[in-house]
Amino acid sequence: MPHDHPSHSHDGTSPSGHPYRADNDTPLTYWQRMEIAVRELLVEKGLLTPEEIARQIDAMDARSPARGAAVVARAWTDPGFKARLLKDAPAACREAGVDIGPLNLMVVENTPHEHNLVVCTLCSCYPRDLLGLPPDWYKTRAYRSRAVIEPRAVLREFGVDLPESVQLRVHDSTADMRYIVLPARPEGTDGMTADALAALVTRDAMIGTGLPHRP
Amino acid sequence: MAEHVRVKPLMPPGHVRTPAYLRGKTGVIERALGAFPNPEQRAYRLEAEDQPLYRVRFTMAEIWGDAAETPTDTVDAEIYGHWLERL
Repeated sequence: MPHDHPSHSHDGTSPSGHPYRADNDTPLTYWQRMEIAVRELLVEKGLLTPEEIARQIDAMDARSPARGAAVVARAWTDPGFKARLLKDAPAACREAGVDIGPLNLMVVENTPHEHNLVVCTLCSCYPRDLLGLPPDWYKTRAYRSRAVIEPRAVLREFGVDLPESVQLRVHDSTADMRYIVLPARPEGTDGMTADALAALVTRDAMIGTGLPHRP
Repeated sequence: MAEHVRVKPLMPPGHVRTPAYLRGKTGVIERALGAFPNPEQRAYRLEAEDQPLYRVRFTMAEIWGDAAETPTDTVDAEIYGHWLERL
């Protein structure tokens, strides 16, 4: 067992017992070269500065599921907001102070009788302004195909065993809309603040592959 | 009253945002979403005409037949008007 011999690395593993990752100095792909060429040209021509590019990357990285969780928690605690969110999600998000840019957003609500699941079978459309970058599995052919062929089996693999009596609705974001799931508020959360509730809302709960944590 | 539509069973080349697994399938319009520029033209930097976009609801039974996991479960997908024929 490599972990039993932290000082040894003859077998190609690091002192912590994990294999060394190969250096990434392999040839660039066509699109990597293209990205570097376009970026350098934009900088050379004075259209963008490296600082602006770094700031934009920071802004993209700053988007996380916490934004979506805050919107969900507000909907759980404010029935008027929830009604507006289900009717016109972009306007409701702006009202809640969450900037979702030009995103065309729809919120689909889980109830005791209905469960919603989001997929983009064509590519990887995802409400990044509310959930950040999509998880790698969301972009795999396995998830993209199985979510519409055998969604209940997929849900079971995520730990969600949906009773047959619950209507499952899969949403394939094929075009201009993006979707998040408004999960059902867990039992035993009466009196909790919106901030405390937001901590229960997971990314997967808003994709529909999971349920919120229980307190 | 539910409006029944069928997705045209076309297989054109190029950038198309109508999933192949729904072509030729019948569903009901869940809601109209308004008009959006046609991505089949936009993808090639052609002047894009606005197309009405609909959310169409299909049952698993309609899509997968006897192989459906749970026949009454549904898939909602966004389909542009020029891909739909009314029944």
